[in-house]
Parts: sequence; C-alpha cells; structure tokens
Amino acid sequence: MKILVPVKRVLDYNVKPRVKADGTGVDLANVKMSMNPFDEIAVEEAIRLKEKGVATEIVAVSVGPQKAQETLRTALAMGADRAILVQTDDEVEPLAIAKILKAIADAETPGLVILGKQAIDGDNNQTGQMLAALTGWAQGTFASAVNVEGDHVSVTREVDGGLETVKLKLPAIVTTDLRLNEPRYASLPNIMKAKSKPLDTKTPADYGVDTTPRVKTVKVSEPPVRSAGVKVADVDELVAKLKAMGVHS
Amino acid sequence: MKTLVWVEHDGSAVKDATLAVVTAASKLGEVHLLVAGSGVDAVAKEAAQIAGVGKVHVADNAAFDHNLPENVAPLVAELMASHDAFVAPATTTGKNIAPRVAALLDVMQISEILSVEGPNTFTRPIYAGNAIATVESSDAKLVLTVRGTAFEKAATSGGSGTIEAVSTGSDAGISSFVGAEIAKSERPELTSAKIIVSGGRALGSSEKYEEVIVPLADKLNAALGASRAAVDAGYVPNDYQVGQTGKIVAPEVYFAIGISGAIQHLAGMKDSKTIVAINKDEDAPIFQVADFGLVADLFSAVPELTGKI
Repeated sequence: MKILVPVKRVLDYNVKPRVKADGTGVDLANVKMSMNPFDEIAVEEAIRLKEKGVATEIVAVSVGPQKAQETLRTALAMGADRAILVQTDDEVEPLAIAKILKAIADAETPGLVILGKQAIDGDNNQTGQMLAALTGWAQGTFASAVNVEGDHVSVTREVDGGLETVKLKLPAIVTTDLRLNEPRYASLPNIMKAKSKPLDTKTPADYGVDTTPRVKTVKVSEPPVRSAGVKVADVDELVAKLKAMGVHS
Repeated sequence: MKTLVWVEHDGSAVKDATLAVVTAASKLGEVHLLVAGSGVDAVAKEAAQIAGVGKVHVADNAAFDHNLPENVAPLVAELMASHDAFVAPATTTGKNIAPRVAALLDVMQISEILSVEGPNTFTRPIYAGNAIATVESSDAKLVLTVRGTAFEKAATSGGSGTIEAVSTGSDAGISSFVGAEIAKSERPELTSAKIIVSGGRALGSSEKYEEVIVPLADKLNAALGASRAAVDAGYVPNDYQVGQTGKIVAPEVYFAIGISGAIQHLAGMKDSKTIVAINKDEDAPIFQVADFGLVADLFSAVPELTGKI
C-alpha cells in the first residue's frame, strides 16, 4: 500500500508571529520556517506503518514556494521514499490544495492519505476533510490511533469530551492530532541520503487546478490585549474580591 | 439570506454549542436548523423553541447517527440548494463535517469566525490567536464554523420554529461507528461552565491535582481544566486541556493554578470574564492577563481558599 503525506512549510512553532505594520499579514521575512508540526506527526505515522509492513511506499507532497523543497527533504530524511513539489509563490487556500491533492491521489492511487489536522499558520482545519469529499473516501480526523486491518482502517479520534473510534473502508483519509505519536529526528546519514531521493517539481496548472483565492484577507491585526489587573496580598483579600463578585460556595 | 445551522445534540437534547451558532447565523439572516439522527423528535422540538428559529429540518435516519461525515455531508449539501449559508459550531463535530460540505459545494470555508462584520465579511483567529484576520468571501454560498465563546448564546425558549421532515439520506457504506469513551461526570462541561478551575505542571502529580484542584472545583461547582504541560505529564486526561490545541473556554471566572501562562494556554482562556491566577513565580506571564493575581505557594494557598470561600 502506498501512503501519500502532504506537508506544509510554516513559520516555526517556537517563533512568535509578528503582525506586519501595514496590516497585510504576518511577517515571514527572515524568520525560521519549519514543517507544520501536525504534518511531522503524519510523516512519522506513515513511516511506522511502513516499518510494520503495512505500507510499501511513502510519497510526500507539498504545495508552496521553491523553498518548500527543504520541507520535503526533511520528510525524505525522516523516511519518505520520494517527493512531489507543486510549486507556486501564491498563497493557496485549502480548497485548491485539496483539488491538487485529489489529482495527485488519482495518479498515485494511495491506500491512505495522512495529513496534519491543521496548519499552525492559517489554523483552517479543512484540507483533509475537503480531500475526502473530492475523492469520495472516508475520513478519520483528529486521529490519536491508526490501525490498518485488511481492507479497513480503524481510527481513534480525539473528540470533545473524550475519544471515538470509527472504521473506514480503504482508501481513506486520516488527519493527525497531537498525541498520535512523537515524530523522530532525522539522523545525519539519513539527511545525506535524502539528498539523492527523487523529488519531482510540478505546478498547479499541471493538475489543471485554478488557485485563485476565493477568500480575500482585508486586514490582519493584533489581537486585543488584555491588561493585567491587581495583585492581592493574601488569600483573605482574594476571597473578599471573589465574594464581591458573587463567587462563593 | 437563509442560513442552515447544524444542531449539535446527543440524541436526546440540544447541546449548548448550538446556541452561539444560532446567534451568529441570525446576524446573517433567517435561521433554519438541521437536526440529523434517528429518533430525534425530542431534540427537534427542543430546537424549535430556540429564540429566532424559523424552520427546523429533521432528517430522521440511522445513517446520520454518530455524525458520520460521509453520510451527513451529502445531506447538508442537498439542503444547501435552498440555503445560502451553512453554519456549524467549531466543535470536533462541526470541524469534521463543515469542510466536507464546503468541498462538495465548491466553497472555501471560513473557519472559527469571531464576528460577523458584513454579509460576507468575518473576523477569525490565525496563528493560534496571535493575529486576527478580517476576511471576505467571494463564493456564492457560505460555509462557516463559529467559535462558541465569541457569541452570546441564543435563548432556549421563545422560538416557534416549524418542524419539517427531510426524507433523503442513505448510508454511503464506507464508514461505521465502533465506539466511544466519553468521560462521564456530574460536573459542568468545560466549554459551557460558569467557573473553571485549572491546574498546571507546578502541581507535580495527579495525586496533587486530586488533592488541591478538585476540592476547590467541588466547592464552586466548577469544571476542571488543565494546561497542556499538566496533560502531557499525565496528571489528567487530555480532554481537560485548555488552550489553542485543546478547548477554547470563556467562563465567568477562570482559576489558573500553578499555570505559568504559555501563549498556547492563554489562547484558550484569555476571553474569560475574570481570570484569577495563583502562582509562586511573580514573573509568570499568567499575571499579565490575570484580574486577580496571588503570588503564593499553591499547596497552602489553594486549600486555604477552598476553606474560606
């Protein structure tokens, strides 16, 4: 079984985003960029399925600028077999990304597509579900456990209030939640090896997908700042403040 | 504009998350509801009472139980032929279904709206709430999810919606529900509680969480929460987690106990009406957002507070 793993290059998890003064977006000039953390979990899960003998090949895909090659090389260094970069300098919305992935899925016929549940820049949480709609495949979102059993996959999902398990017919779409696994670091020899793994470059037009945005960003602003209140001296003062607000047993 | 609101329910009652969505949808136009599942008459009747509701579409079919998106999304897409906007709560159910509907309609969804600025203009958080984007859709129809804490809850009475049965629907046959482990508790639900008591890594163990945090929550009839650090350390189950990757909450009073106040956590609770922080580190970032801060050792201060409140 082949597994398709889409990955996105985003502002590094540890960098505090700064809103540009002109309100057009978040400043991405000269800041560290990395693979979206949820996508790292997706790559790791695919590798574990290959190590278990369930998967035979892992294809990493990214839709983004030329520099997204670095993100794909990271996936290859972790253990993906080959990569496809769908190169564009435009901002591509989840719907258009899902259309590109649908075309790639048609060509590659994977048994599973594993994606991060959301990218930590746009926080849309849409691409996997949209790809599931376009392919007509079943979806297991926010996964905390994935078990392939014959022609089905059982996915345990993190839902409000607890966990839920669904059984999906393959091929299927899985999106990862934080606790699915702990992604490995690529070793130096594997980073070297990844440089010679195949990486194809395509464009959205190669897949016949129009990436014109449907949603226009009018402006981006800082969130309202909450100001600090008062420090209370001791528990008695805190109790008095709370009781004054009507908070008591 | 005619909106179609996804009613989140547990098979017998409407869940609170629906009420804020009704408020958001009412800013766009006429509010129609969709109740899907088998044996949902009681839910439909309850939903029809929600203030401001016009029509209640009831799709009574076992294929819709457990909200399987493979079965539900085609139903919604079909109903959208006579509606202009599909509006769902940004719960795990809404997030699972809405994008599948959007793609079927060839619409780019707008996720987790915080406000309605115009008929097709909304604000929404990006970068874990570190920035707020104002966005404008150019699609013919809208698909939206709504952050519940950003809108007032619609009243649960006063409405007089008309109930209408929807006969379509079938099992796509590609997915099935196996089971769920949902924590049962007498406590208020985290996302709808008036008071939340949350503990952080400073507690040091699950025993201390039980010993220090739980009694205060019991006394105030509060929901229990935790920081990601406390969840990752295994003090409490992950459904306790408040933060960008956990639950987004906005209670009347939020107690942050032994929580330093990482950006991740603040993103999940900074809209609380009053924030109370207890931490022995006076430089902890949590004090920058707290209305009442107490610099103290939580192991003595919290039991004292529990005794005196």
